[in-house]
Amino acid sequence: MRGLLRAWWARIRLEVVLIFRDRTTITFTIVLPFILLLTLSSLIHSHGLPQGVSFAQYLTAGMVASGLVYGGFQGLSTALPDERTNGTLKRLYGSPMPPSAYFAGKVGGVLVIYVCQMALMLTLGGVAFHVHLPTGQGQLVTFLWLSALALVTFTSLGIAFSSLAKTGQAAAAIATPLVLFLQFSSGVFFIYSQEPAWMRFIASLFPLRWLCQGMRSVFLPASYGSHEVAGGFHLPQVALVMAAWSIGGLILCRRTFRWLPIGEG
Amino acid sequence: MSAVPAIEVEGLRRSYGELTAVDGVSFSITEGTCTALLGPNGAGKTTTVEILEGYRRRDAGAVRVLGEDPVRAGRGWRERLGIVPQDCSDLLELTVAECVGYFSTLYPRPRGADAVIALVGLTEKAHARVKTLSGGQRRRLDVGLGIVGDPDILFLDEPTTGFDPEARRAFWQLIGVLKSEGTTILLTTHYMEEADALADRVIVVNRGRVVADAPPKELGARGDDESIVRWFEHGAAIERTTSSPTSLIVELYRQRGGELDGLEVRRPSLEDVYLRLVDEEPPT
Repeated sequence: MRGLLRAWWARIRLEVVLIFRDRTTITFTIVLPFILLLTLSSLIHSHGLPQGVSFAQYLTAGMVASGLVYGGFQGLSTALPDERTNGTLKRLYGSPMPPSAYFAGKVGGVLVIYVCQMALMLTLGGVAFHVHLPTGQGQLVTFLWLSALALVTFTSLGIAFSSLAKTGQAAAAIATPLVLFLQFSSGVFFIYSQEPAWMRFIASLFPLRWLCQGMRSVFLPASYGSHEVAGGFHLPQVALVMAAWSIGGLILCRRTFRWLPIGEG
Repeated sequence: MSAVPAIEVEGLRRSYGELTAVDGVSFSITEGTCTALLGPNGAGKTTTVEILEGYRRRDAGAVRVLGEDPVRAGRGWRERLGIVPQDCSDLLELTVAECVGYFSTLYPRPRGADAVIALVGLTEKAHARVKTLSGGQRRRLDVGLGIVGDPDILFLDEPTTGFDPEARRAFWQLIGVLKSEGTTILLTTHYMEEADALADRVIVVNRGRVVADAPPKELGARGDDESIVRWFEHGAAIERTTSSPTSLIVELYRQRGGELDGLEVRRPSLEDVYLRLVDEEPPT
């Protein structure tokens, strides 16, 4: 058991070193959510939000939810095909590394990215746009379990998705527009309850919409709940959907993961 | 050196769709020896080696590596293996020391990271990022990662591609050290002089079959009394293979009534023998 934990820790350390040596990861996954928050909050002051909620406050919930989509889903689904073709995974598979260490490294890396995203958005965003940070114990607990479920969901979906593409570029060509569409339809940039019903229906099939709703319960006042589509934040339902996606993602990940490029093995 | 087989292959077959890459290959490799697997591109060398390493499935045949079937073997088996794959372009953003350090944590009895870096001659580059290494230095790192776990069997798939002659000599010395420590080595290469210098035994494969299997000095009747006589006539090289080179030259001297241009008599090199072996195979 200690050997296993050591293998996990060694891999996590390596992944974190790699994250901070890769400019693409730093700009597109760590800084991007902050830049979007900064730009959109500067452009849009009033969005017709009830309860005197500022747009910056609303957007913060959506961008926090998007953090794990960028780091976990988009980041891994585009990085793994390249690790498959450049021999990273082949070398590890040929070594006595416990396979779980590889996944631990990825989860650890995504978590570190998430912490950096949060630090940037919540400190600088808070200062620039008077975003109120959650202080209630209940809100913090909700934030933690939502983050944990989202971490599992988007990391496993990113790893599963990576098996479909031969190269990182090919994966990005599908993952990037998909993420953008889900962000627009799931209530990251726009008020979810004001979206057309068909769009809400599609968004509801995917986890981001539920994560956003959960994050709004953390970052927006409790009274905002009555303006949600179903008249409340409905956290048990959010938890159920997110848990289902986590389990689904893990199963998908386990069934589709491959160490070697397509056609080898 | 005991005569225990480290690797046993019997009737190995593997096809990719219509293409039969490995077509009934059999050989057995004794513990502590160095064997070279030679053959043209597409002969089935890499497929064979990757089946032994546990990377690829086989369609038929029996395979035992360190007494285990690579398809079913676990971590304990991998701890005793060293693999230097072909074409690696991973690890670019890490330093040499970080790579060797990380991989040394994966083995129960690793060689020291610094010792490995010194052994492959990268001490001066220990803190350089892998992406800044030359092709030969990068390959030396790959070899270092293959030996960091102090393996019982070392697989080297074209290890010296891109080496300058000096680096190649240094690499040969390193293999000598590993051999003297009792490591079993299976090497694929395109360089005949490399096989000649390193291998106790050479297995030549062509179109998925073993066409020769012998010590380099005996390969393809190389031990027989054959010589190659070569000279120039009207600017064109003429080559004869003969078991009586002296008589041939005396005969030629009489016929031409004088010296032969650029006369050369030599024993067939491994390369001559190899080319003959690979050429002889009728196309299918």
